[in-house]
Amino acid sequence: MALIDLSKREIHCKIVYYGPGRCGKTTNLLYIYNAMSEKTKGKMITIETKGERTLFFDLLPLTLGKVGGFDIRIQLYTVPGQALYEATRKLVLKGADGLVFVADSLRVRQVKNRESLEELRRSLREYGASLGEVPMVLQYNKRDLVSSPIPTIGVEELDRDLNNGLVFPRFEAAATKGVGVFETLKEISKRTVRHVTQKNMLVGR
Amino acid sequence: MADLIVTTSALEVACNKIDESLIKAGVHTVLLVDQAGNVVASRGGGPKEIDIISLAALTAANFAATSELAKLIGEDDFTLLFHKGKKDSLHFVRINSDLIMVSIFDDNVSLGLVRLRVAEVIKVIKELFEP
Repeated sequence: MALIDLSKREIHCKIVYYGPGRCGKTTNLLYIYNAMSEKTKGKMITIETKGERTLFFDLLPLTLGKVGGFDIRIQLYTVPGQALYEATRKLVLKGADGLVFVADSLRVRQVKNRESLEELRRSLREYGASLGEVPMVLQYNKRDLVSSPIPTIGVEELDRDLNNGLVFPRFEAAATKGVGVFETLKEISKRTVRHVTQKNMLVGR
Repeated sequence: MADLIVTTSALEVACNKIDESLIKAGVHTVLLVDQAGNVVASRGGGPKEIDIISLAALTAANFAATSELAKLIGEDDFTLLFHKGKKDSLHFVRINSDLIMVSIFDDNVSLGLVRLRVAEVIKVIKELFEP
């Protein structure tokens, strides 16, 4: 659910990074946070828990210039990835205008990727939306491990698993090194803002 | 979920009502927040600078979490939350399915007065933002 403030001429959108546990959602946000200038980013909130896992969400507010005379403000959220926290994930998903599904390239995480995407589909359905309706981008993370001895999944196989028919744009990434992080953010921001403005007829097609 | 569009005129009326009923009564900051955690309006402003963007996001999350608590005990939702601090306290109230109002006030203002004034403000805002 975007907020359109006609008085300040601002559009606020919410983009949620979704995916199985340990796939690198928070790493994406941290990289963006460290790379953006002070002027365009807000304070990053991480709800601290024991260990390095996300329990509730991480939030990073950004300002991304103007579209059709409206200032674009985007809030990036991550969800906790562990299977146990499905209820929390659903709460964070509420009102999302755009989605990034971060998939783990490690072979051992293949089933978790599929399960997580299936859960996303189910949660969206409960909010009365479907996967194709909300703008979404896929990110195949940890591609830097392909050259290592750790077994990984090929891009074609990830496509078959998660993006059959290539409905969604997808990016290969290595979030710890920042590879593909901004490409993903740029694409999802563009799609989200376009979706919100067209839906509310704020700018022409 | 439909997007929330805020017009200048509705926002002005809401802000005036908040100033007149709550800020004048001594509440130092009032925020209107939507369910996705965006700041719709912010009035007042205490001596300390408050990070309202974080406050708004956490408010929406707090509401979402407590409504799950409500469901566990067989309630649909809690419409009002109150967090008492040593000096400053937070009062949250759900206005409608889109909006939450947060009032921050110190121990010079009584909770009873805040609740009374909040009820007046809600009535006005509810009509303005009728979905």
